[in-house]
Amino acid sequence: MMLEVEGLGSHYGRIPALKGIDLHVGAGELVALVGANGAGKTTLLRALSGVQPVSAGRVRFEGADITTAVPDKRVRLGIVQVPEGRQVFGPLSVEDNLRLGAYLRSEAEAAQGLERVYAMFPVLKQKRREPAGALSGGQQQMLAMGRGLMALPKLLLLDEPSMGLAPKLVEEIFACVRALKADSTTIFLVDQNARAALAVADRAYVLETGRVVLAGSGAELLEDEQVKEAYLGL
Amino acid sequence: MPKQYSAPGSQGKGERDMSAQFMQYLLTGLTVGAIYALVALGFSIIFNASHVINFAQGEFVMIGGMVTMSLAGTGLPYLLAIPLAVVAAALVGLALEKFAVEPARGASVVTLIIITIGASIFLRGLAMLVWDKKLHALKPFTGDTPIAVAGATILPQSLWVLGVTLVIVLALTWFFSRTLFGKAILATSHNRLAAELVGINVRMVLFFSFGLSAALGAIAGILIAPITLTSYDVGVMLGLKGFAAAILGGLGSGIGAVIGGLALGVAEIMSAGYLSSAYKDAIAFVIMLAVLFFMPSGLFGKRGGERI
Repeated sequence: MMLEVEGLGSHYGRIPALKGIDLHVGAGELVALVGANGAGKTTLLRALSGVQPVSAGRVRFEGADITTAVPDKRVRLGIVQVPEGRQVFGPLSVEDNLRLGAYLRSEAEAAQGLERVYAMFPVLKQKRREPAGALSGGQQQMLAMGRGLMALPKLLLLDEPSMGLAPKLVEEIFACVRALKADSTTIFLVDQNARAALAVADRAYVLETGRVVLAGSGAELLEDEQVKEAYLGL
Repeated sequence: MPKQYSAPGSQGKGERDMSAQFMQYLLTGLTVGAIYALVALGFSIIFNASHVINFAQGEFVMIGGMVTMSLAGTGLPYLLAIPLAVVAAALVGLALEKFAVEPARGASVVTLIIITIGASIFLRGLAMLVWDKKLHALKPFTGDTPIAVAGATILPQSLWVLGVTLVIVLALTWFFSRTLFGKAILATSHNRLAAELVGINVRMVLFFSFGLSAALGAIAGILIAPITLTSYDVGVMLGLKGFAAAILGGLGSGIGAVIGGLALGVAEIMSAGYLSSAYKDAIAFVIMLAVLFFMPSGLFGKRGGERI
C-alpha cells in the first residue's frame, strides 16, 4: 500500500476540520476525493504534505510512519502536491518555477524533468523566460502541474486542478491526468468537478464535514443516488 | 584622530564655489547613504523571509565595529580582524534566530517584532558590559590623506565604503538571480506555502537570512567606524536610518534598499549643509513619515498591500 491514513484529525484553532479520516491509496491507483466546499478536502491534502498540523491519527507512506515528518522530507520521499489556486512563484520566470520544483533533485534529474514537462506542455517552453505571473490561468495550472512533476512524484496530490478553467482547458487538464496515470504515477485527486473526477478515478471517497461518508469505485459512485443528488446535480 | 566630515560652511563660503560645495555634500551623502543601504538590505532580507522587521539590525552594525576595534586592539591585522568580526556578527544573528525567533514560530508577526526589539536592548546592554560606554576610534583601512575630486575632497575610507557596497550589491544580485538557493529564498518570500510544497526548508531560509543580514550589518558598521567612531549604542541611530531607507525604497525590495539608502544619505547631508545641521537626524524621519503617509509601498515596493 502506498499511502495509508488512519483516524486522521486536524483542527483550525478549536474547530475540527478533519474528524478521523481513514483511507488508502495503492501503488498505481488514481483515487479521487469529492465533497462540497468546506468538507475538508484541501485540509486533508495539506495534512498529507505536512503543512497542516495533525491532531490525531497516523499517516504511513510505503510502510513508513510519516505523521510528524517535515514537508521537505515528504517531498524527498515522493509525496508531491500541486496546490489549489496554482500558487506559482509570480515574479520568477517559468523556467525558474520549474527548476524550483526539482529543488531536492539532482541537476541531471532536473534537466530530464524539464524536457519531460516541456514535451507535455509545449506552451511553457515558449514562455519559459516570462514571469509566471504573466501567464493565463490555464497556463499557470500547467506550470503548477509541471512544477509538481519536476519533483519526481511517486504520489501526486492534485488539489482542484480544473478550478476556474474554461471547459476546453478542463478537458486538457484531465487528459493530462489520464496520461500521468497511464505513465503509472499514483494520483490522489481532489476536484469540485465531481463527474470528471469520478469518471477518471479507479476509486473514490466522498468527504462531508471532515468525515469520509462513502467509498467505492469511481463507476459505482457515479451511479450512487446520494452522490448524484449531492454532487452531480441530477 | 579620525577625520570627521565637517560642514564645509565653517571654512567660509567665499572660498569654495557652489559646485565644489555641492560635490562635497554629494560625496559625503553617498558615503553615508551606502552605509544606510547596507543596513536597509539587512532589513529587507529578513522581512522577505519572514515579514518580520528586525529591530536588532542596528546591533549587528555595532557588533561589527566594536569587535573589529577590539581585535585590532590586540594587534591583529585588519585582514583577519574584519572577517572575524563579520563572522562573529553572523553567529549572533544565527543565534538570535535560533534561540529567540524560532522558538516563537507560529506567533504573530507583531510578537516577533517585539522579540527583536527585546533582543536589540539585550545586545546593547551586553555590549556596554563587554566594552564600555566610551566612543572608540578605528584606524582607516588605508590612510587618511584626502583625495581631491572635482574641487571636493574624499577620504580613502569613503572609497572603501562605496567600493565594498558596490561589490556586495553585485554579489547579492548574482546570488538571488543565479543560484538555486537564492531563488529558493525569493520563492519563499513570494509564497511560503508553495515553497514548502516543492521541498524548500523554509526554516533554513529564515535561519540563513538572519545570518546574512547580520553579516551585512556588521560590514556596514566596520566600514563606517573609521569615519564616525563607534560605541555600544551606535546601532540605534544607524538601525533607524537604515529602516527609514528601507521604507523609502519599499520594504522587501533589494534595489529599493540601495536607492533608498543612497537617497536618504544625500538628502540628509544636503539638508545639513544647506539648511541646518541641527536637523540632520530629523530628515530621515521626516522622509520616512512622508513615505508612510503618501506612498506606503515606497519607491520600489509591491503596490497595494497583500491584505485580502
